[in-house]
Amino acid sequence: MDIAIKDIIKKENLVYTKTKLMTDNVLSYCPGCGHGTAHRITMEVVDEKGIQEQTIGIAPVGCSVLAYEFMNIDMVQAAHGRAPAVATGIKRVMPEKYVFTYQGDGDLAAIGTSETIHACNRGENITIIFINNGIYGMTGGQMAPTTLAGMKTSTSPFGRDLHSMGNPLKITELVAQLPGTYYVTRQAVHTPAAVRKAKRAVRKAFELQAENKGVTFVEIVSNCNSGWKMPPVQANEWMEENMFPFYPLGDIKVDGELVKK
Amino acid sequence: MTEEIIIAGFGGQGVLSMGKILAYSGIMQDQEVSWMPSYGPEMRGGTANVTVIVSDERISSPVLNQYDTAIILNQQSMDKFEKTVKPGGLLLYDPNGIVHHPTRTDINIYKIEGARLASELGNAKIFNMIVLGAYLKIKPIVKYENVVRGLKKSLPERYHKLIPMNEAALQKGMENPVPVNTL
Amino acid sequence: MGELKLMKGNEAIAEAAIREGVDAYFGYPITPQSEVIEYLMMEKPHERTGMVVLQAESELAAINMVYGAASVGRKVFTSSSSPGISLYQEGISYIAGAELPCVIANVVRGGPGLGTIQPSQADYFQTVKGGGHGDYRLFTLAPSSVQEMADFIELGFEIAFKYRNPVMILSDGMIGQMMEKVELKDQKPRWSADEIKAMHGSWATIGKPESRERNIITSLDLDPHKQEKHNHHLQAKYRQMEKEEVRYETFDTDDAEYLIVAYGSSARIAQKTIMLAREKGIKVGLLRPITLYPFPEKPLAELASRMKGVLSVEMSAGQMVEDVRLAVGCSDIPVEHFGRYGGVIHSPDEVLEALEQKIIGGK
Repeated sequence: MDIAIKDIIKKENLVYTKTKLMTDNVLSYCPGCGHGTAHRITMEVVDEKGIQEQTIGIAPVGCSVLAYEFMNIDMVQAAHGRAPAVATGIKRVMPEKYVFTYQGDGDLAAIGTSETIHACNRGENITIIFINNGIYGMTGGQMAPTTLAGMKTSTSPFGRDLHSMGNPLKITELVAQLPGTYYVTRQAVHTPAAVRKAKRAVRKAFELQAENKGVTFVEIVSNCNSGWKMPPVQANEWMEENMFPFYPLGDIKVDGELVKK
Repeated sequence: MTEEIIIAGFGGQGVLSMGKILAYSGIMQDQEVSWMPSYGPEMRGGTANVTVIVSDERISSPVLNQYDTAIILNQQSMDKFEKTVKPGGLLLYDPNGIVHHPTRTDINIYKIEGARLASELGNAKIFNMIVLGAYLKIKPIVKYENVVRGLKKSLPERYHKLIPMNEAALQKGMENPVPVNTL
Repeated sequence: MGELKLMKGNEAIAEAAIREGVDAYFGYPITPQSEVIEYLMMEKPHERTGMVVLQAESELAAINMVYGAASVGRKVFTSSSSPGISLYQEGISYIAGAELPCVIANVVRGGPGLGTIQPSQADYFQTVKGGGHGDYRLFTLAPSSVQEMADFIELGFEIAFKYRNPVMILSDGMIGQMMEKVELKDQKPRWSADEIKAMHGSWATIGKPESRERNIITSLDLDPHKQEKHNHHLQAKYRQMEKEEVRYETFDTDDAEYLIVAYGSSARIAQKTIMLAREKGIKVGLLRPITLYPFPEKPLAELASRMKGVLSVEMSAGQMVEDVRLAVGCSDIPVEHFGRYGGVIHSPDEVLEALEQKIIGGK
């Protein structure tokens, strides 16, 4: 029996539809990468809240430098590490808008550490979405500030040596200490359950932004199968076994109070 | 009329504010003015100087190396600026702390006992106004009433209660310049 | 007539920014221009006009806050001095590449490195020849008085928005620290959200309504052919500036046999030199470029063609003189540079001496 495409594309067969806040441009991310999912849940939140016209996003330098090609909202591309400063500039003159940055670990926790800490410390009413995959993906797999001890990258080819290369930086725990952050959480997007939780976190971050409570910060621990040189499934397993013990998932700061573990 | 003045002394003697009041007085009578300070760490206790120009015409260079008048309030400034007074110009100084007095004979030289008179009036802070008074007695480039108006403009509102005291100091200065060498 | 005040250049530019209806100032303290942010903080512009004033954690952050606020169509102003402006360069390149309007003031001090806090004009190359990376131009206004510090805020924003390009107000420690009489303009209202939408809604990232495509502020295009096309567009804009926006002033050039070219504070000093020279019977005139980019090359070439020599005067080891030589072109007349530098201000006498030795006496 031949089945034509037109027989399949029927309303009653529809189980999933992409939010219209994602453009039709083909994602430039590697197959298996978490960026696409992180983009999607962010845009779903904006869509469901009906705040497309009220939302301005900042794209960083890194793999997500082209985020504005995929997110169907007004966006500004920032210099490497400076997204929180750019967001500050926008939010200060348009306090009624939802302003968020979308940054990787090299951008947020290496070159942009100063902007990250000071925007958080001032308590800017912005949302920071931080993708941590422990590596520089865009430039071809170099060591990141969040690269784990012993982890091999192109600039730590024999594994990260803590003695000579320093320790992986838990920037999220660090910003949670600052009085200007109100909600700080660490999530993942590698399983359907994790995606649902991460999306709830992003929604909460946007909702709190409207209350002018200070910075809301959502870290998403993600994979980089190309940079890690693993097939996607194996990369996710490696992430669970190695990244999560060092970067445990869950809320770190809620309602301006550190979560007691 | 163009009057090019250097005022030089220690930081804290009111050198810059004396220049500012003089500049404001010029504005009060529709003249062009410029006020160019030395700035930087030396102002915190070291020597300070300011070039003030009051003119009927558009002012060219706000920095100069020759002056119509030098108002000199310490020895370092005397060493530096006595030679910069134009021939026929004016040097006005406070002799307090001056070891090497000016020696030029081609300029007018006056003294004003600013520090002593200020302490007699019981307020060291009005020292600069006494010196300014003496200068305006010798060279009345701005009218007295415009100096008072300039004073009001340059002082923040909360200090306006100090204006009568400043006026008294101006008067005291006007009564007391002593000629040392006149052409 | 507007309100008359005795103000420092740094204070005048700050007050003019409030009265211009500027939406935001972001900066980081550095001598000799800290009075700009100090004045703004003291004046509480948030109460006067709603203007935002924020002390950033660094110059890197400050210029990127400017980039952010400019990307939503606001009037944004910042100021710094030489070492801080070096840190701005990355941001300025992005701002130029993304075609954002803003006004930046550099109150120049002596360099290189930490240098000194005294006046200098040694940032000419950095300002008009690039500074940051890539083929961009920074529209540059050079005030030579406190009045112009105030006036160039309005002119700067006019040009910045007309061309969607950053504008630099290039002054120095002398103009910043000196006080002169300044006539201040009346307060302009800040643009309303509706006005911004009407004027800049086609490009500013003020939030995407259903009715239009999304606006994107970026300087990136990975396709070199598209990036080249973008560069063509930028270059066309610069050619238009060169054609339409040249500004300069001349003094005593009608009967002059010699010409001094000087901008900013050096032009003030040179005017005194001209008076001293004329007292000695030497006929000297002055051309003062008001825009350094675009440089007034045609008027300079025309003037130089009837001179016996040209002296370029600036507080540097000789930077603008290169543009003066390009403008004068191949000619038998001497074209030389004179200037003290590293924070030293040349006196009118020194300039006259240089004129006599380098131009009149020698060849």
